[in-house]
Amino acid sequence: MDKRIRNRLITIGVLIAGSVASLVPRNTRQRVVDQTTGRMKDTTIRRLPINLGLDLQGGIHLALEVDQSKGPIPDCADAIQRAERVVRTRIDEFGTTEPVVQIQGRCRLIVELAGEKDPARAKSVIQRTAFLEFRITDMKNLFKDALPQMDAALRRAGVKARGAAAPSAVAQLFGGDTTKAARDSAADANTPGVLSSLLFQGQLPGEYLVPEEQWPLVDSLVQRPDVKAAMPRGIELRWGAQAESRGARAYRALYAVESKPIITGEELVKAVARRDPVTNQSIVPFQLSHRGARKFSDETARHINDYMAIILDGRVQGQPPVIRGQIGANGQIELGNKSLQEASDLALVLRAGALPAPLSIVEERTIGPSLGADSIKDGVTAGVVGVLLVIVIMVGYYKLSGALAVAALTLYCLFTLAGLAAFGFTLTLPGMAGFVLSIGIAVDANVLIFERIREELVHGKSLRLAVDDGFLHAMNAIVDSNVSTVLTALILYAVGTGPVQGFAITLIIGIAASMVSAIFVVKTLFLMWLNRRPDMVTLSI
Amino acid sequence: MIRLFANASYDFIKWRRWAFSLTGAIMLVGAIFLATRGLNYSIEFTGGTLMQFEAHKKVPMSDIRTALDNAGLNGAEIQTFGSDTSFVVRARLAHSAGTTEQTSTEAVVTAIRQALDQSVGAGQYTVGITEAVGPKVGRELQGKALMAILLSFIVTLIYLAVRFEWRFGLAAVVATAHDVVATVAFISVMHLEVSLIVVGAVLTVVGYSLNDTIIIFDRVRENLRKFRRQNLYEILNLSINETLPRSVLTHGTTIATTLALLLLAGEVIRPFAWVMSFGIFTGTFSSIYIAAPVLLWIEKRWPGEDARGARTLGARAPATPAISAPPATPPSAPSPRAPQPAR
Repeated sequence: MDKRIRNRLITIGVLIAGSVASLVPRNTRQRVVDQTTGRMKDTTIRRLPINLGLDLQGGIHLALEVDQSKGPIPDCADAIQRAERVVRTRIDEFGTTEPVVQIQGRCRLIVELAGEKDPARAKSVIQRTAFLEFRITDMKNLFKDALPQMDAALRRAGVKARGAAAPSAVAQLFGGDTTKAARDSAADANTPGVLSSLLFQGQLPGEYLVPEEQWPLVDSLVQRPDVKAAMPRGIELRWGAQAESRGARAYRALYAVESKPIITGEELVKAVARRDPVTNQSIVPFQLSHRGARKFSDETARHINDYMAIILDGRVQGQPPVIRGQIGANGQIELGNKSLQEASDLALVLRAGALPAPLSIVEERTIGPSLGADSIKDGVTAGVVGVLLVIVIMVGYYKLSGALAVAALTLYCLFTLAGLAAFGFTLTLPGMAGFVLSIGIAVDANVLIFERIREELVHGKSLRLAVDDGFLHAMNAIVDSNVSTVLTALILYAVGTGPVQGFAITLIIGIAASMVSAIFVVKTLFLMWLNRRPDMVTLSI
Repeated sequence: MIRLFANASYDFIKWRRWAFSLTGAIMLVGAIFLATRGLNYSIEFTGGTLMQFEAHKKVPMSDIRTALDNAGLNGAEIQTFGSDTSFVVRARLAHSAGTTEQTSTEAVVTAIRQALDQSVGAGQYTVGITEAVGPKVGRELQGKALMAILLSFIVTLIYLAVRFEWRFGLAAVVATAHDVVATVAFISVMHLEVSLIVVGAVLTVVGYSLNDTIIIFDRVRENLRKFRRQNLYEILNLSINETLPRSVLTHGTTIATTLALLLLAGEVIRPFAWVMSFGIFTGTFSSIYIAAPVLLWIEKRWPGEDARGARTLGARAPATPAISAPPATPPSAPSPRAPQPAR
């Protein structure tokens, strides 16, 4: 055999071996939820080493930004970097296979969870700020004393009580003292004040109850600058996390708390979810660090018999308990009738730490797993039919030479898939479409070459010379046209996102693969063919 | 050996005025559609919410429509998605509402789900795709898409200027710009949704059409060297005719795969396949009828050093047939299958 052909065959053999090796199913470690214990564990599974995009295997894609609606954040790049670390810790514990957490541009965080079946839960775990703090309630009733000023401020601003003023029947629910207090504050200003008519004294100092349907109104009132100005120094308002029912009606608790927390979640080292055996409530017991425990016990010692609100992301969790004595490293958050899963999600975010700033979702894309499976099936069908049509056209028109091109086409498919696997690129649905399309385009190089060979033959050249010249003369056109396509694809990759980038990558790898298969492989096959039949006078082309 | 159009010698360039009229007419129709109906941007670009779901049993679309209206989603569109049990609901962000973007798209998802629970029945449907895009992201994407197309023009112009000559580059870019405009007109007439995938398809059309133009220009470059005596008009016609078999074959295989995508690859890919199918036609057309005549025109306007184009246009074109092979031609090359020159 000709030495030139042997070297070519060796090269092709190495390429094929490399491609097959990169496509052999291999063991990958995957984190999955253990069905029996509910914990995360590592397992190894065997699968094809081609990454499927979210649109093919289902999952959730989120783009998050630092929420600036409640005031600008000066350095969003720094905030997003810190948020990235926290989100990554949370996601790792949350347990999805191969999560993607990356910063895009300066201030945007991309999170992709493939195969996630419960997007709502994943979203809440990612988005939750999880800022935990403990604050003493307004023990001296400073807020209540300031209520008349707030009412006066509202009256000056011309805010009228909407809806009927507090019905006495409801007020009686809370005992005579509350009604009297409400009436007293009302009497101060002759007419019932807007704010004080909506608030009812709760069971402990600093607790007020608002009818559930009124709480958005009250919230908007206390957010007004003129009302805030009348707020006593060192006191802030926080809403309860859940509505609670007293009698037939639902109420929302409003707490006046000290603005300085006695301790925050930064000092927390351990949190788990559990069901309280006595009350059957979901609880999250936690443990503080040494430093935190010392601080906590000092503070609680100073506040014995005071009430302590446990505030998570600005909402008071459960009713503030009274501090009976010094508390050390351990405490717990009561979640009422929430499910154990919610409790374990809370424990997870508390362990992972708080986000430096709230994140808002600017883009969300969820694809169900069955839709992805259908897409793969349809894409493969279209691909197979497309390939068959191309084979019919090529073999029908170019006969044996066409068959050589088809043989090269199978290598083209192999090389492209191997390229995707070897470089760890992700195959997306548009990428699949690009792949199918590229099969049609991939034969272009062969068409150009074959047409050239035909022309050379018509010009009366010998077979061998016609083949050589055909390849040689077609090169210019092939290179120029493919480079321009690669340039367009590169732009698409640079500018596009997710699925479109997948498309561009598939196109680029496809062009590279088609260069190898259509030019190098087909040339080798031609050389072998001519070598075997030196007496051949007409080429089957 | 089957040879399609093997010895073709059609006078393609002669029909350029007809071709211009035809493409002008298409553009006009497209412009009318664009002006009256505009482009149907996907929520990726406008911001908003999309939900695709598959009902487990047949549900009249009017029921879902009513439920959506009752949920206060008056602006929401509902369409079938491939089959009559699969639907897609789109609620675009109103341009005026710019305040708390996220709460609104989140709230819309909940509202759609409630409307579906009501009309289709809770648990009676499977949600396939949910997308919620804030207006900021949408605006960014619009800018990026335009950037991508413009950038691809600039890069092409530079590449062709280096590999060929700026005249060729300009003609190729004009032809490609024609394809973009024609494709956008097609998208508007077909009322296809302009999503990122469709923008990707438009860019692929750009690449494909460019590819085709370059194949012909490569032949023109070669023939200009080979046949020193012929004018550009003849060389263009000759080159188009010589590359005709290749064009038929390559477009044939590409159309075959595109049709397979269009018919079989499912609903998500269909807009992409439509745009590609049209793009193959317009790309082929523009390589022959836009790129070549524009190159001729550019040569006439700004003749190069080897300005053979200037002699070609108009009634004063040489009446002698170009069959006689010039002496500079290498002996192995037979006389070119030159077309009849212009009247």
